[in-house]
Amino acid sequence: MDQQNTYDKRNRRLWIGLAAPGAIWLLVLFVAPFYVMLSVAGGGINEFFQTVVPVWNPLHWSSFNFSAVWHDIVGAGAYIGPPALRTLLYTAIATAISLAVAYPVAYFVSRFAGGRKGLFLVLLIAPFWVSYMMRMLAWIDLLQQGGFFNSALSFFGLPGNTDWLGGKSVTVILGLVYGYIPYLILVLYAFLDRIDQRLLEAARDLGLSKWRTFWSVTIPLSKPAIVAGCFITALPMVGDYFTNQLLSAAPGTTMIGNAIEGQLDSPGQTGQGAVLALMLLVILLIPMVYYVMSTARASREMA
Amino acid sequence: MASTAESVSDPARPEPLHSGGRQRGNPWRRPWALEGFTWLYILWSIVPIGIAVLFSFNKGASQATWQGFSTKWYVGNQVTSVLHNPSLHHAVVQTLILGVLTTLICVPIGVGFAIGVDRWRTRTSQGLNLVMIFSFVIPELLLAVALFLLVTQALTFISLGTEAEVAGLVVWNLSWPAIIVRARLVSIGRSYEEAAADLGASRMGAIRRVLIPMLMPAIFASAVLVFASTVDDFVIVEQLSSTGNTQPMSVLIYSNVHGGLSGPALNALATILLVISLAAALIGFIAYRWMTRGERTQGSTEALTSIAGI
Repeated sequence: MDQQNTYDKRNRRLWIGLAAPGAIWLLVLFVAPFYVMLSVAGGGINEFFQTVVPVWNPLHWSSFNFSAVWHDIVGAGAYIGPPALRTLLYTAIATAISLAVAYPVAYFVSRFAGGRKGLFLVLLIAPFWVSYMMRMLAWIDLLQQGGFFNSALSFFGLPGNTDWLGGKSVTVILGLVYGYIPYLILVLYAFLDRIDQRLLEAARDLGLSKWRTFWSVTIPLSKPAIVAGCFITALPMVGDYFTNQLLSAAPGTTMIGNAIEGQLDSPGQTGQGAVLALMLLVILLIPMVYYVMSTARASREMA
Repeated sequence: MASTAESVSDPARPEPLHSGGRQRGNPWRRPWALEGFTWLYILWSIVPIGIAVLFSFNKGASQATWQGFSTKWYVGNQVTSVLHNPSLHHAVVQTLILGVLTTLICVPIGVGFAIGVDRWRTRTSQGLNLVMIFSFVIPELLLAVALFLLVTQALTFISLGTEAEVAGLVVWNLSWPAIIVRARLVSIGRSYEEAAADLGASRMGAIRRVLIPMLMPAIFASAVLVFASTVDDFVIVEQLSSTGNTQPMSVLIYSNVHGGLSGPALNALATILLVISLAAALIGFIAYRWMTRGERTQGSTEALTSIAGI
């Protein structure tokens, strides 16, 4: 231990030098941008040009944009509330469906795939390598009027002229599931694969049924993976603004990301867009901190 | 799985002691329902993509009715094929430029960051590591908006377009090499490097000739991941691109889905994107197998999970 420390200490300048480029990049292009966001949110606008005037000194930040956004959320004619609520609902439902599908799949491949594990892994990882746009484009092809999905419906005697891409929440939620489920499956698989098989054999040998073994050994053991996997799936869904645009493009399916993007692009409202983004960040800090803490704990245990 | 199969065939395996829970049938039989469900999921996840690829070869302009095979959306059509349409053409080039530049910058600084932070154990390095992990979990839109405000309000010498896109993509992907290489560093430990130092290697020599070769599979896997995730990136490049010429394939597909360029040409563009990503994955897989050929690994399964970042 002491020897390691002297080795590390002797070379401290080298370690700092190695870490420096990445550290600077992170500070300038990850930490600083959020300070700019705060300065824009607390700044004012140039009335004549309708451009943002960021205020760099925190002591001079104004609450102008914050109160404007507050009125958009709760006041008369509030238009931020519905997309915010929808974001919550879509994310919750899509994450729940993803978990219900991903868990059995990951469980099967990690426990029962046997010699065909490589094949299954290739098939599960494949969507991960296909661009998100390609995967959404595929569903646009299938769901359009006159597309395969409607044809299949009419083949089975069901009404086959539904406009699935015309602003249906169902389509957007399934699009979100389709888009983000590969990540959840991979996280669950990686964890389930590492569960000590002997624990499960012990449970069976001690007389638990197959189902009891699953419920009282496998599920509790995989709880960290379920939580981490759901976060890693839900966080990008909350910030998603393109899935609904691609699969519906109707005002009835907008999410909070669309509101942020819309305000950012409209003259005079950039500051309010920054406020909205900050509010979303503050809300998401709770799950993010939880996730970061649990990974830090896991890597400490690993080291 | 091998161990369970053996324990079944082992005649010396004692029967369960309790008497009440008599097993009905073979407890290790294959779970058909689970397997069927898994195959259904796989079909659902892959078949739509296959159909979209198929329609990029459609003779007609429909994305729903098959009208015969043709490559006109790739090369034939003088107006809207990927080869002849300037905006489609530019998008392919821009995607490749972004992928290569980002990988070339991101991987070296990410690897350096991983080694430095792992060895330089202070509050500062732990804090930096925490910042890096936050950059991994933050929703991309929030980072993209923050970066947009940074380059338009503060660092105005970085102009929107390729410069800003690469800067943003590097920071967004930095966590891949940082996390993957760090995990490998932890599993290697320090003894090899110290042995090299004791045998007279300089500190840079120990890193260059001992540590880096051992990290090579992890570095390579992360390079493949950075390239693929850059090529597929949408949110950051959409916020940070400026004119049409700096829009890569993903942004072009997005902005043309509802009107604009006609259907199968977009499928052709998406198929090219798919081929680029899959080629990167394949190269990554083969190279990973080759680099770890002398080690005791789980073979192809480990190579697969490594290039997928799990």
